[in-house]
Amino acid sequence: MTNTTTSSAPVFQPGTSDAEIEAAAALAARRRYFTVYFWRYFILVVFLGGWELAVRFKLIDPFFFASPWAIVLRLQEWVIEGTSEGPLWFHLWVTMEESLLGFFSGSIAGIIAGIALGRNRMLADVFSIYIKVINSVPRVVLAPIFIMIFGLGLTSKVALSFVMVFFVVFSNAFQGVVEADRNLLANAQILGAKGWQLTRSVVIPSAMSWIFASLHVSFGFAIVGAIVGEFVGARYGIGLLINVAKGSFDAAGMYAAIVIIMVVALAAEYAMTHVENKLAKWRPAPLQELH
Amino acid sequence: MTPDTNSPAIELINVSRRFLTPDGKSMTALRDFNMSVARGEFVAVVGPTGCGKSTTLNLVTGLAKPSAGEVRVMGAPVDGIDPRIGFVFQTDALFPWRSVIDNVVAGPLFRGMEPEPAYAAARDWLARVNLSMHATKYPHQLSGGMRKRVSLAQTFINEPQILLMDEPFSALDVQTRVLMHEELLKLWSQSKASVVFVTHDLEEAIALADKVYVLTSGPATVKSVYTIDIPRPRIVSEIRYDQAFIDISRTIWEDLRDEVLRGAARDEAKVS
Repeated sequence: MTNTTTSSAPVFQPGTSDAEIEAAAALAARRRYFTVYFWRYFILVVFLGGWELAVRFKLIDPFFFASPWAIVLRLQEWVIEGTSEGPLWFHLWVTMEESLLGFFSGSIAGIIAGIALGRNRMLADVFSIYIKVINSVPRVVLAPIFIMIFGLGLTSKVALSFVMVFFVVFSNAFQGVVEADRNLLANAQILGAKGWQLTRSVVIPSAMSWIFASLHVSFGFAIVGAIVGEFVGARYGIGLLINVAKGSFDAAGMYAAIVIIMVVALAAEYAMTHVENKLAKWRPAPLQELH
Repeated sequence: MTPDTNSPAIELINVSRRFLTPDGKSMTALRDFNMSVARGEFVAVVGPTGCGKSTTLNLVTGLAKPSAGEVRVMGAPVDGIDPRIGFVFQTDALFPWRSVIDNVVAGPLFRGMEPEPAYAAARDWLARVNLSMHATKYPHQLSGGMRKRVSLAQTFINEPQILLMDEPFSALDVQTRVLMHEELLKLWSQSKASVVFVTHDLEEAIALADKVYVLTSGPATVKSVYTIDIPRPRIVSEIRYDQAFIDISRTIWEDLRDEVLRGAARDEAKVS
């Protein structure tokens, strides 16, 4: 009765072998996957269908809200015949060029400035107040000023994109550098890292996840900068298309332009996630990935 | 190097170290601290939690400067980070974005060695700590004990003449810790470095060290020094049943207990 030295391991109930548990888990994962996708498509269909039907049954005014079908037709027209202002691809390319230039220049400058100030307390203390002041300016109000200084061409939009991107990336890079693990820094120094070696091998890698978090948002900001610049004054670009559509009370045209920007921004987001996953393969993967 | 080869590896002479707390007050961590570590000697430092044990190590590395007194390494005053020093941290200090072998090779590359001999040395060190199979893994894929072995390889590859260890095994479970003790003694007996091993675990200190320094609760100063004359090579997993070990640990614990109680009472007073 009081045998404490040996006791047999508990006997498992039937239906609880490893293979069965794994099969059940795989089934549950598949079900979950289908449920997620079902609801995703369901919501999309209800939204677009409801919109279309509401227009067809005159519940909302197509003059203001267009309709999904009208937007599709407008996109088709733009793609095949071009817009009233010339080929769609040209306008898209202009906006993309402005956004990409603003994005890369802004994020590179932001990363460099963030790391420089993060590594140097004195610089950070001196400049932090100015950065706060400039950061408090709503960036879009700079659009007319940049147009005045740089003219209607590419430069003014790149400048606006740049300031939209710079501060986001800068503050994240700065934070990432400041929060670099003290132990890692001390370890690298004792192992023999000096100056630039320390920055390159410890500070930058540990700030990288902060920087990437900001890059995700800031590509959207770069597009905002380019388009707002185009609203205020431009000869080409998606922003101009929206402006022209507004001038001719063409609701479908405005929504069509929005759809184009959405597609571009989503594609950029996917590309960015892909690059980030490539670079960050050292990070622990989540225990179970569900997509 | 210094011509004076008979000087102790590490000397702390009447060292004091004061900090500024975040609210601007001055706090003394170390007061009139004296310690001398001979070449090839293994010294353990025990004391109550938060008494300033780690501060002594930071002074030797040159990452912190003494407020008064003098710190000498190999007979010369400390000036910046000495390349002859190796340091094993309490927490994980491996670079998480580097694979195991890239972590081990970091030191030689920082110090300007060519990549080819550096990687050869790194592979050799990984073999010595039995991690050759895991060279391309990232730290998060390893267990706590394996990560510590990577840390040891990362430190020993620089062939330090002075090895500083700040509660290096305190995060490990008891069984893994004993294995790490064996590993450390093996590596140390080959390298003959001078070691300062900070710990709050008295048994660990006695099992590993030639000399045990007992510190007072903060501000820390040396309360007493014990010489441990248990012969080497020691088998850490069995030494705890040795009569000599039991006697000496009882003696040192009598000494340490007062300080632990005082430290705890002070912490409670601080909280309330």
